[in-house]
Amino acid sequence: MDISVFLVQLLNSIQYGFLLFLVASGLTLIFGIMGIINLAHGAFYMLGAYLVFWLTGITSNFFVAIVLGLPIMLLLGYIVERTAISFLYKRDHLYQVLLTYGLILIFNEMQKLLWGTNFYSVPVPEILKGSIPLTENQVYPHYRLFISMVCLALAGVLYAVIGKTRLGMMIRAGAVNREMVQALGINVGRLFAIVFSLGVVLAAFAGMIAAPVSSVYPGMGDQILILSFVVVVIGGIGSIKGAFIGAMIIGLADTFGKVLLPDIASVAVYATMAVILIWRPQGLFGKA
Amino acid sequence: MSNSGSNSFTRRRFLQGTAAAAGVTAVSSFVPTRFAIGAKAPVRVGILLPYSGTYAMLGNSITDAMKLRLAEADHKLGGRPIHFVQIDSEMSVPKAQQNTQKLVDKEKVDFVVGPVHSGIAAVMAKMVGSREGPIMIVPNAGSNAVTGPLCAPNIFRTSFSNWQPAYPGGTVMAKDGHKTAVTIAWKYAAGRQMMDAGTEAFEKAGGKVIKDIEVPFPDVEFQAFLSEIAALKPDAVFAFFSGGGATKFLKDYAAAGLNNSIPLYGPGFLTEGVEAAAGEAAEGVKTTLHYSADISNAANRTFRDAFEKATGRSANVFAVQGYDAGELLIKAMGAVNGDTGATGAIIQAMESAEFPDSPRGYWKMSKAHNPIQDIYLREVRGSAQKLMGVAAKALEDPATGCKMS
Repeated sequence: MDISVFLVQLLNSIQYGFLLFLVASGLTLIFGIMGIINLAHGAFYMLGAYLVFWLTGITSNFFVAIVLGLPIMLLLGYIVERTAISFLYKRDHLYQVLLTYGLILIFNEMQKLLWGTNFYSVPVPEILKGSIPLTENQVYPHYRLFISMVCLALAGVLYAVIGKTRLGMMIRAGAVNREMVQALGINVGRLFAIVFSLGVVLAAFAGMIAAPVSSVYPGMGDQILILSFVVVVIGGIGSIKGAFIGAMIIGLADTFGKVLLPDIASVAVYATMAVILIWRPQGLFGKA
Repeated sequence: MSNSGSNSFTRRRFLQGTAAAAGVTAVSSFVPTRFAIGAKAPVRVGILLPYSGTYAMLGNSITDAMKLRLAEADHKLGGRPIHFVQIDSEMSVPKAQQNTQKLVDKEKVDFVVGPVHSGIAAVMAKMVGSREGPIMIVPNAGSNAVTGPLCAPNIFRTSFSNWQPAYPGGTVMAKDGHKTAVTIAWKYAAGRQMMDAGTEAFEKAGGKVIKDIEVPFPDVEFQAFLSEIAALKPDAVFAFFSGGGATKFLKDYAAAGLNNSIPLYGPGFLTEGVEAAAGEAAEGVKTTLHYSADISNAANRTFRDAFEKATGRSANVFAVQGYDAGELLIKAMGAVNGDTGATGAIIQAMESAEFPDSPRGYWKMSKAHNPIQDIYLREVRGSAQKLMGVAAKALEDPATGCKMS
């Protein structure tokens, strides 16, 4: 592989890793803080993509569609948390798996009723069309750079919110000791509703900005859900930093696996996970 | 498994047997089998096609066009009404066996129409390919094996073998003066067979395939592979994708700037039915296929109008294949006046079927039950598929491995 191809693949890996991070960070927050295994997380990714496809059609502006779509997803996340998830905090993980699996089926059917089974594509917004030349015969699309930059900014914001704000402090405290936080007079129910809705919005936003490069199709959330779980496990459950590093590792393993070892590409990700877990069973940034 | 039976009898003996059977049934064919009380029992037609996922558009086109043809024939087959049993194949090869079983054993269909996916076709053909089973009509899946090693008296195809539309594409690519090429396709049976056929023709004409890229099916993340193609700098790229994946590939190919420097060729599915969605990204892409929207015969124009009126969508090659599947059903049941028990006579009628008024132009069944048909050269110009000529006249699949005749 010559250096220019390597460079492009590296950029591809990073861009894919960033998308994974957005999905996985919500997943890891929801599990780490609320103790909820949310299988429906990928469905929110898919719904975000469909929503932006639909709203782009109506408003004929991709950015307006995102701005309109995010509050809808926030509301949906809140409703789901209040009407379904909130009953499961004290229950066994098995109940959570069953219920959130049921949610996948509901959302998938809902998607088919609303938008049918066709593949759709969302056009890349006009100002982000085109590409930058990297070398003599390699170019890199502007839009993919845009994804990486937006995700990087968002990762920074997330890091600051969790690490530096009062909300973040409560979230971190809630993750360590729920009873103590409750005893200090913090409304844990409301805190959890916020965390869940935030996670949903992160997943949906990932689906939205991925739509122009990955097409919009039924079940598109399934694959990213599986990879996001891998990311969470590698990074250490509940760790945002872990989700970030884990997503980058999986982005690299997936992209370079496909190019260098096409025959075993589908296992490259899982092999990577196995190696890391042998070395650190609790994940890279997990608490032992 | 059921294929082992077909080795022990020759076609001649089979025809003798069925001719005798046909003689008996001809006498009794005025007494339709399976009377329902007061009315003729419907002919049961099982359909196994994808209605979700990347190939949903294909499944819907086939089904709508087949039903259109049957509606034109008053919703009757040999004078009997039709009962459809429709299953979404979900493009799932692991589910193919169960779905086929459901149609054959539980629903007891007389005909099974399907599938789109070559992997599923192989499973179905193995299960249905015996004289006792229902008659199978393949309205898309091009798996070479279906009319090759797995061929059977009761399996017919109204579409193509993967070899058929791909081989002339390789020839065209060489004729255009290209010396080196990269092939890229989804990693599954159809992709493999089409890339092999294209490569075979291209290298026979003096070209050289320098790299063969396989994309996991049905992934639509092509970016990583496109940068590899840019680095290899071949004269041309030979690609097979279909449906939603094809749209995505064409767009990514253009976004990577490759459409300006490396011309794109492929079996016609690459651009079929996706011209509008792909827009200018498909400009100049040359493909070969057994159909082109602007074939100028009356049958094609009538069909396109009728299809558009019935569905609100434009007809495509998949619709044509479904339409001809309907036509084949009509021919088959017409020959026996609706007696589904006269399997031998039905098969005979289907084997000798000719389609002078197909939207794709004249075609007939080969000995291996695959269409002998013209392959057209098309080029996308101004977001429309333009017919550039005939790339191969009356092309017959080599049907390697078929022991039927």
